[in-house]
Amino acid sequence: MPIQYYIYLALALFSIGVIGVLVRRNAIIVFMCIELMLNAVNLLLVAFSKMHHGVAFATDKTSTVGIDGQLFVFFIMVVAAAEVSVGLAIIVMLYRNTHSVDVNFLNRLKN
Amino acid sequence: MNKLVYLVPLFPLIGFLINGLGRKLLSKPAIGFVGCGAILASFVTSLVLFFQVKNHGAIPVEQLFTFIDVQSFKIAFAFQVDQLSSLFLLIITGIGFLIHLYSTAYMQEEEPQHFGRYFAYLNLFVFSMLLLVLGANYVIMFMGWEGVGLCSYLLIGYWFKNDNYNYAAKKAFVMNRIGDLGFLLAVFWIIVRLGTVNYADVFAAAKTLSNFDVTVITILLFVGAMGKSAQIPLYTWLPDAMAGPTPVSALIHAATMVTAGIYMIARSNVLYSMSHVAMNLIAIVGLVTALFAATIAIKQNDIKKVLAYSTVSQLGYMFLGLGVGAYTGSVFHVMTHAFFKALLFLGAGSVIHAMHHEQDIRNMGGLKKKLPITHITFLIGCIAISGIPPFSGFFSKDEILAAAYAHNPIYWGVGVATAGLTAFYMFRLYATTFLGKFRGTHDQEHHLHESPSAMTIPLIVLAALSVLGGMVGIPEILGGHHELQHFLAPVLTTEKHHEIEHGTEFMLMGISVALAAIAIAVAILRYSKKPEMADATGFGKVLANKWYVDELYDYMVVKPLNTMALFFKNIVEKSGIDGLVNGVGKFVNYGSRQMRLLQSGQVSAYVLMMVLAMVVMLLIWLQEGFILRTFSKIFN
Repeated sequence: MPIQYYIYLALALFSIGVIGVLVRRNAIIVFMCIELMLNAVNLLLVAFSKMHHGVAFATDKTSTVGIDGQLFVFFIMVVAAAEVSVGLAIIVMLYRNTHSVDVNFLNRLKN
Repeated sequence: MNKLVYLVPLFPLIGFLINGLGRKLLSKPAIGFVGCGAILASFVTSLVLFFQVKNHGAIPVEQLFTFIDVQSFKIAFAFQVDQLSSLFLLIITGIGFLIHLYSTAYMQEEEPQHFGRYFAYLNLFVFSMLLLVLGANYVIMFMGWEGVGLCSYLLIGYWFKNDNYNYAAKKAFVMNRIGDLGFLLAVFWIIVRLGTVNYADVFAAAKTLSNFDVTVITILLFVGAMGKSAQIPLYTWLPDAMAGPTPVSALIHAATMVTAGIYMIARSNVLYSMSHVAMNLIAIVGLVTALFAATIAIKQNDIKKVLAYSTVSQLGYMFLGLGVGAYTGSVFHVMTHAFFKALLFLGAGSVIHAMHHEQDIRNMGGLKKKLPITHITFLIGCIAISGIPPFSGFFSKDEILAAAYAHNPIYWGVGVATAGLTAFYMFRLYATTFLGKFRGTHDQEHHLHESPSAMTIPLIVLAALSVLGGMVGIPEILGGHHELQHFLAPVLTTEKHHEIEHGTEFMLMGISVALAAIAIAVAILRYSKKPEMADATGFGKVLANKWYVDELYDYMVVKPLNTMALFFKNIVEKSGIDGLVNGVGKFVNYGSRQMRLLQSGQVSAYVLMMVLAMVVMLLIWLQEGFILRTFSKIFN
């Protein structure tokens, strides 16, 4: 499959994530949109990794070119998992304090 | 023996320190004793020095220490006692002592603290004046020159609670500063051209100076003399200086300080005789001042103002004498003028004292019987200044007039006319004050009294000097030897000896004496019975208002300066500089208030900013080449 398809998909996912973060007020949805952006990046990393590795593998069976992209994906997934736990904890605390998960209530930085 | 030279200025300095620092501790008699004693000691020392000089010639320059030392350029703090300075020493300390003595009685009403301040200033003045006269170079002279200016300021404004007096003091100081600048520039010019300021070296090297240099130096020095000796155009401070206590007017503004300019020019006679331009300028300025001030004096009604303008006029005479090369005559006139003008001022002080600080002669009259000693001495002073022989003023004035005639008969004509005016206004003053009927209030008449002996003794001594002072300079034509001329000859080396036929000289004398006598007769006849009571009208009003010179200066100098100052204050300072400084503050304030609105606290707004910024950066990155091209197009 041509790489463009992956790129378009990743771009679409990332844009959806960004727009979601910008327009939605529900903290959980904002959170999920962030995850979406991370996963769009992951998808792109895997796609490029596969593409580069495939070209090198065809000539040299022992080549490891491009596999570090997939390694990054694992790291990102680990970080994302940690982030989810912290983020969800924050949202829970947010709910306890304000009885809402609306991010627009989080405007105390102003003062 | 030459240690004596230092003692002369040291005594007044010590007196100044004691009275100045101890004015709150000492009693009035103690202050008076210290003040007078210091000057008396100085006078005795001066007397000893004078006879040393008279018998053995000038004392070599005495160097105290090196005042300024810059590589090869050195200025010594040195004193020089020669014929000229020893004569001035006697005048300053002698008359100074009499006036100190007089002051102890005149200032008796002051509080001890102010009494002490007064004597401290007076001693400081004498110290500065001695420094001026004793200095062996122009820098020391300049120190004294500034010192007397300062003391004059302090003493004019002695009654500092009166604003008008303070203005008069400021006026004197500022006017003097203008002249001082000229003096200072002249000293710098001398240093640049000759590399020394010592009199001896300067005069020895004077021949190496170009004509232009000499002219500039002498004219600049003369500007200094104009300020200090109250010549046109810088004379207006002197009549206003009468705000000070009367003895101060006598000492500073009549007898000594104002003659500093004469001393300076006589001292620099070697330089002046090299420049005809400067000499003519001095003669003309002196002549115009003499006539101009004499016309003003005719219509003044304040006893001290008349004397003040008379001083300006007489100083004009002295400059006329200097300008025509009759240095001896000028110095002689300084001496005799010091006697009779100090006498007249002290007499006026005695009158003012008796009249309880009344100075308007229209409210006086008939004081002849009540103040016999003051009357007689004042009369002697008036005769002396009018130039009636054998009183002292005759000899000195005649010498100047004769020299003026030899130089240019027109000068002589104006000079004689001025002499007539002098006799007229002095006897107008005398007649209005002492003759006729008393015109003051009943209360004043009741309290009229002759002054105490501390005031009358100086009057008597000065009167005696005014009568006899001319004897040191009787010209040969009248069978004298003119001792003064022979005495001063070693210093005044460039004196011009005029040769006039004896017949002519007798005629000149006769004319001036006759004119003075007529003026006296007219003045007494006219003013003893019917003094001028009404305000002057017509031309007299112009004279009474001093030719409106003060108003002219006000209009020409003071007003434009004030307008300019207001412009700078309101426009440049407030709108310009303040506006700029405050504008920066206001801009930051306003800007930050607007920027604060961006910080809404809405997380989504921040994120939006972040995303937008990223988009912009992305666009920039993509269009980098295009942007660079555009910029290079704009800025090339």
